[in-house]
Formats: sequence, C-alpha cells, structure tokens
Amino acid sequence: MAWLSRIPNTPWIKLALYILGFIPALWYFYLGMVGGLGTDPIRTFEDKLGIWALRFLIASLCITPLRKLVHINLLRYRRIIGLLAFYYVLLHFTVYLTLDKRLDWSLILHEISTKPYLIIGAIAALLLLALAVTSNNRSMKKLGKNWRRLHTLVYPATIGVGIHFMLAVKSWPTNMLVYNFILLVLLAYRVVASATKAKPQPIQNR
Amino acid sequence: GSLNKSSTYSTSESPTSFDDATHYNNFYEFGTDKTDPAKYSGKFKPMPWTLQIDGLVHTPKTFDLDKILSTFPLEERIYRMRCVEAWSMVIPWVGFPLKYLLSQMDIMGSAQYVSFETVVRPAEMPGQSSVFPVISWPYREGLRLDEAMHPLTLLAVGMYGKVLPNQNGAPIRLVVPWKYGFKGIKSIVKISLTEKKPETSWNLLAPNEYGFYANVNPNVDHPRWSQASERVIGAKGGFFSTPTKKTQPFNGYGEEVASLYKNMDLTKSF
Repeated sequence: MAWLSRIPNTPWIKLALYILGFIPALWYFYLGMVGGLGTDPIRTFEDKLGIWALRFLIASLCITPLRKLVHINLLRYRRIIGLLAFYYVLLHFTVYLTLDKRLDWSLILHEISTKPYLIIGAIAALLLLALAVTSNNRSMKKLGKNWRRLHTLVYPATIGVGIHFMLAVKSWPTNMLVYNFILLVLLAYRVVASATKAKPQPIQNR
Repeated sequence: GSLNKSSTYSTSESPTSFDDATHYNNFYEFGTDKTDPAKYSGKFKPMPWTLQIDGLVHTPKTFDLDKILSTFPLEERIYRMRCVEAWSMVIPWVGFPLKYLLSQMDIMGSAQYVSFETVVRPAEMPGQSSVFPVISWPYREGLRLDEAMHPLTLLAVGMYGKVLPNQNGAPIRLVVPWKYGFKGIKSIVKISLTEKKPETSWNLLAPNEYGFYANVNPNVDHPRWSQASERVIGAKGGFFSTPTKKTQPFNGYGEEVASLYKNMDLTKSF
C-alpha cells in the first residue's frame, strides 16, 4: 500500500474529500425537493443523514485497526472523516428540528427530555461536538496529552449512537443489526488491543 | 356488483395516491422494509380463500370468500389511517362491517372478545421463512366484542375501487380506523370468539409499547416517541409539501367510539 503514502495531503485533497463527503447530503436533499424520496420523504431524509453520519463514524473508527492490522495508514484523513460524521449528525438533528418537528419547541423539549433514544442521541451529539471543536491543530497543541484522553470520548459517543439507532426503530430491521454489529466489532477491537497491550510482553525466541 | 359510495362514515379528506398506499406498507410477512410487501408479495395467491369462525359459537363455520362477497353488499369507506410510527394516510377501502359476518354466527353469551389470525404460508411469504423472524407467526390481533360489532369496524376486500392488492392484505383484512394501523390484521384465515382477552402480536413483542387497545391517542406517547403529531404522507412534490398535523383522539372518530371506553383509564388501557 505504498501508493497511499504518495497521495499528498494538500488543501486540494482535503477540499475534494469534503466535496465528496457532502455529495450524499446534497443528493438526498435534491431528491427530497423533487419528490424522489418516496412516500415519507422527511423520515427518509432524516434516516439517510443519520446512516451517513454512522458510516463516517465507522470509517473514522476503522483508521486505527487498518493501520495496526493491515498496515494501511490513512491517519491523515481521520480528522476530515470524523468531522464529516459530526456534520452529518448536525444535519440529521437539523432535519429533526425543522422538517420533522416544524420548530414546535414545546414538543421538541418534551421529546428530547423524555424519550430515551433522543436523550441518548443528544448526549452522543454533544460528545461529538466536543471532539469536533477540539479537532484543530491549535487545540491539539494546547491540550497536549489531554487531547488523546479527551478524544477517547468517541467510544461512549459510539455506544450512544448504536443505542440511539436501536431505540429509534420499531422492531429489529436488518440494517440496524448490521451497523450495530460493526460498531460492536470496532469497539471490541479496542478492548482486546488495550488488554493485550497492558500485559507485559513475554520474552521468547531470543 | 354495485358499490355504495355514499357512506356517512367516510371522510371528505382527499385520499393518498394509490401508488403510495400500495408501496409503503407494514406487512412483515413479506419483509420488514416498507417497500418489501410490494416487492415480495407477487407469489402470494389470495384465491381461493376460506375464512374459519370458531371458538365460543354454537356452530363453527367455514366461509368461502366468494360466498361472503356475494352475501354482503360492498361499500366504500374513506378512512384516515394512523400508523403507530406517527405517519398517516387516507384510504378509500371497499368492504363491509365485520358485524355483518359475526351476525351470521350464533355467538355464546360468554364470548367477550374476538381474535384474528393471518394465514401462514412461508413458501409464498418470504418474511415467514426468515432466519430471524421478528414475529412469532401467525400474526394475531384482537378486539373486544363491542369494538368488533361497531359499525366503523370494517372487513376490507378492496381499496380504490379495486380488489385488495396482496401487499395490503389480500384477500380480506380488518380496518379499525380509530386504532393504530397494526390492529388492522391482514390476510385473515381465522376468527375466534373468546372469553379471555386474546394475545396480540405486537403486544407479545413489546407489551409496554403496544397495548391491546391501541386506540389513537395524542396524549399517550409511545414510550420511545411522541404521538402528539403525525406526518400526512404521500404528498406529491417532496418534503416541503408533506404536512404535519396534530393527531386527534381516536384518530378523529371520538364522536362515534369514545363511549366504548367511558369508564376506562386510557393511560393504563392503552
């Protein structure tokens, strides 16, 4: 995979990644405008944005195992991918507030304060917000060692996202089960990796 | 035969398009996605069909659907349909009141409830042969006897002036317009009169979320989402033309049915 390290990390590449990343949102927005999102377009748009947030979150969580297990290093793109996940969360939430609930604040406050899937979703979104605002170089320098510690909040946020998805749907749809399985595997990898790292390495075959 | 289209029970609201009403369905026998029933119900053969009525009746009977269709005059009923998932449609059903069929039976005095069962045909219904079935088949529903005898309670055999499509519950289904849509059991093969409250599929799956009554009620939330408002779906022209409206108690049929529940705490019997 040496060719990957030959791709320069120029501002142009970053811009291209952002443009690529926002294509799904723009595409579904366009479809929603012209009546191409089926019978329940608001719910569909809301769902699609949520699913894309989840996909970018999954992609950002794949960077480390890819590097450690198959030696593909995409670390330099992790910030953009993580930010895309956050922007899709923001869009998902905005559609909930505007198109779905029509800015009916009493209803929105009632729902967000009483419905577990929304409470958990809101907490996960706030955690991701904290990660997004500290994702720049200045914050990394300022926070030093604490930056890494702060960004382990992505794990509780991921658990929250998985539970939010599970509680938002009526039964046990396949896509929810598949995404939650992927999240579980990615989190389990961290648990296993940190458990094996913590043990002193046995000295053998020397 | 002739179809009486002048029911006083019909709403004057404009019906959802036939295309939306037949391509956005919850019918888990054909899959859990809303578009699955239209896609995967092609193999299902609704005719010939028999409907068995048993339980607390003096003489159990098995009706041939053709016979039923020639016995009762069919009428069109344009009803609002409110799904428990907080969306709604308006559907012109074709059918006859369930009480016409029940009145053909010699019902015992001890009968208090009516239970319903959907057909089980895994070879024709891919959702029933799924490795991880969501529902333990057959799909079951139930009504109190007075609810079943209410003139609004319909057995539908058609919609939009046509024979009921497979994905909408062919050849015969229940429509109870003041209750959430999942009460409207589809492809019914068996009706039983019982003394005990029957087990119902969604209630078995999540008793704290789906009650036996399932009356549309904006003041009793689903534990996971609000029931105060609904998206009136199927509007042409995309999401800026999808109206949201306040959900009505008993889905707007309170004048006809509220008296059925007058001494009940609807937050407990939800």
